[in-house]
Amino acid sequence: MTADASRGAQAPPELVQLLTPEGERVEHPDYAIDLTPEEIRGLYRDLVLVRRIDLEAVALQRQGELGLWASLLGQEAAQIGSGRALTDADMAFPTYREHGVAWCRGVDPVNLLGLFRGVNHGGWDPAEHNFHLYTIVIGSQTLHAVGYAMGMQRDGAVGEDGAASIVYFGDGATSQGDVNEAFIWASVFNAPVVFFCQNNQWAISEPLEKQTRIPLYRRASGFGFPGVRVDGNDVLACLAVTRKALADARSGQGPVLIEAYTYRMGAHTTSDDPTRYRVADELEAWKLKDPIERVKAYLVRNRLADQAFFEGVDAEADALGKDVRRRCLEMPDPGPMEMFEHVYAESHGLVEAERAEFSAYLAGFETEGVEG
Amino acid sequence: MKEFKLPDVGEGLTEAEIVRWHVKAGDPVEVNQTIVEIETAKAVVELPCPFEGVVAALLVEEGETVDVGRPIIAVDDGSADPAPPPPAAAAPGDREALADDLVPAVPAVPEEAGRNGTAAGGGEKRRPVLVGYGVKPGAAKRRPRRQPPAASGPQGAAPGAVPDRSAAVPGPQAAVPGGVPGPASVATGPQAAAGRAAVLAKPPVRKLAKDLGIDLAALTGTGPQGSITREDVHAAAAAPVRPAARAGTADEERIPVRGVRKATAQAMVASAFTAPHVTEFLQVDVTGTMEAVARLRALDDFAGVKVSPLLLVAKALLVAVRRHPMVNSAWDEAAQEIVVKHRVNLGIAAATPRGLLVPNVKDAQSLSLPELAAALTELAETARAGRTRPADMAGGTITITNVGVFGVDAGTPILNPGESAILALGQVRDMPWVVDGQIAVRKVCTLALSFDHRVVDGELGSLFLRDVGAMLQDPLRMLAWG
Repeated sequence: MTADASRGAQAPPELVQLLTPEGERVEHPDYAIDLTPEEIRGLYRDLVLVRRIDLEAVALQRQGELGLWASLLGQEAAQIGSGRALTDADMAFPTYREHGVAWCRGVDPVNLLGLFRGVNHGGWDPAEHNFHLYTIVIGSQTLHAVGYAMGMQRDGAVGEDGAASIVYFGDGATSQGDVNEAFIWASVFNAPVVFFCQNNQWAISEPLEKQTRIPLYRRASGFGFPGVRVDGNDVLACLAVTRKALADARSGQGPVLIEAYTYRMGAHTTSDDPTRYRVADELEAWKLKDPIERVKAYLVRNRLADQAFFEGVDAEADALGKDVRRRCLEMPDPGPMEMFEHVYAESHGLVEAERAEFSAYLAGFETEGVEG
Repeated sequence: MKEFKLPDVGEGLTEAEIVRWHVKAGDPVEVNQTIVEIETAKAVVELPCPFEGVVAALLVEEGETVDVGRPIIAVDDGSADPAPPPPAAAAPGDREALADDLVPAVPAVPEEAGRNGTAAGGGEKRRPVLVGYGVKPGAAKRRPRRQPPAASGPQGAAPGAVPDRSAAVPGPQAAVPGGVPGPASVATGPQAAAGRAAVLAKPPVRKLAKDLGIDLAALTGTGPQGSITREDVHAAAAAPVRPAARAGTADEERIPVRGVRKATAQAMVASAFTAPHVTEFLQVDVTGTMEAVARLRALDDFAGVKVSPLLLVAKALLVAVRRHPMVNSAWDEAAQEIVVKHRVNLGIAAATPRGLLVPNVKDAQSLSLPELAAALTELAETARAGRTRPADMAGGTITITNVGVFGVDAGTPILNPGESAILALGQVRDMPWVVDGQIAVRKVCTLALSFDHRVVDGELGSLFLRDVGAMLQDPLRMLAWG
């Protein structure tokens, strides 16, 4: 029974794939995509740069400059593919691992580090980028996204010029009540929301087969909306599937669940040691499905990029890594009064009273050498 | 010159063990090059170098356990500022003491206010001691206008001292460059009175002091504001913790506990405090065994291998295990089960250059006597050469310790963790012995058997020991029972 359940959850079934791990382009009847070489090179550049940002952040954590970091290693294609499917008007709700989506939304990578360095509570204006702040609580952002989508719906943002929200979560989050509630609300209100589940096989140390007995994407049918499983390491497929799901949502066809079947190649966070619960063979098998290598192979095989291009991207990545490092170390510590900012959108009596009280308390100290 | 301080790589860890260095002094290093593997309570992780340059020195050795915040490597990056801060610990601005011990000082607010005061300065570099708790040199000093008298009391003893958490208490630490605290002295001055009024120490330090039976009130802390650090407690307990304390005095030498010594200590403590030990003794006339040993040596089958009394003791023990299998078992606390082992992995305690090791002979029950002799010989030679592998020591089921080679008669051995019995073999000596109603000079040896009373009752332990003794008294019994 258990074995069957595990096979059901993990068997590679109808997986939408447009680019094989070997870098061969394949067609799918429902998800056609026609990209220029320029666009594919752009996706490659995105993948390499976000991986580099991620590596630099891991190193910074190991050097004591960040308190924690959640690496996206291995999940670049799922994030870049879906992130590049968004329009400016769409709204994205991330977990704490969506560094690739943040990149697509134009968030300065250094700002991602502030939260993990403890100098702010999220370093960007969500309204400016239509990219919500990182959500640490597992799955709660699915409710935010559904609520936001219902708002869009009530604002009449439907049709060609419409907008949708997309929410990111992991395989572990599907076991949360919030996620299931969000599914129900989205379904019955026909909300324009795309549920983008990055199934990276591990909820920290909990393997997928302990979370579900059926493939995650098939859960959607129970809630009354479509679900699709896409090769999460195939940036083209992720782009095509997300584009279609968003288009459907914007045109009033309701929510879609996308299960991006991928793999977390690193630790859950820098506080985690995956060698304690998973075998090395598994990682080796997934390395063969690397999201970046297949795009590179495709570009090389079809002579769509030359050596100079790849060297240029690598050089750009290194420069970006150094820049992120330098600016991370230069981030100023916040003053103690800053904690009162951004608590409420508008002035709030209690917060103002506390602000005044704390300010007076701080003024009760004097600089050394001055007699008081 | 830059120093890399051990970071907290896992949300609230306080220390890590240096597992392996990937670089050595003189090596060029790049930013993010892996320089060292460390093991924390959570994981083994590789640390990337934050600087580019040449390794000037590795400041801690492999195997050493290091507190978060302590410098572990010095890298010459061409910058001028000297890595070790001036040893003038009392100088304002030196916060090494703080880096060593992140006690939230009382009051904590001046630090916050000070940080705020420099936020706009821009010229200050944050130190990656521990994210969120990083300290800055030269931060503007601020103090509360109104101080409780108790807090200002001890400071009065040091005229001119600023009651700031960074002002190191003049003490043994001031004499040691690099901020390594020396042993805390017993308080005698005004600090003592203040210390008794309110001892400053982190909860883990208090726990440590309690565990080690140290009275915190009797110590003078070397941490910020006179708070008592982990090192102070260790020093007070005279427990050699870190090699940095090697200075010592002429009257004592401090030996860092690590490697085999550390493993041995942990195993012995774990065993002694989990398995209720009982030890029984039996004096045996082993004249027959000694004669048998001499005759075996003459046989071709034993050419090239060592035939010692230990061989026959091992054989007797194996035969006795067959008669009393429960002795060769383990207590599984988690499962609440007794695990009776069908194989005998016979451990032999060995004094080696690395310390006490207990390698074992796998599947000893299946070996013929010459095979057993060969296995014991090889085991001893490997151990003496210091080449015993961890696998050789894993999975033991029962142990013999031959304390007789050191010229003693008996001992009360502590069980090898995970086993239920250990047999100590005393020295064989000529003793007056009653044989057939007459006093005769015989070869006599004392056997001591310690067993885990959760698994082995007194009756079983006695039967087992008696059987071993009977076989050593008359080796022919080994044939009869084997």
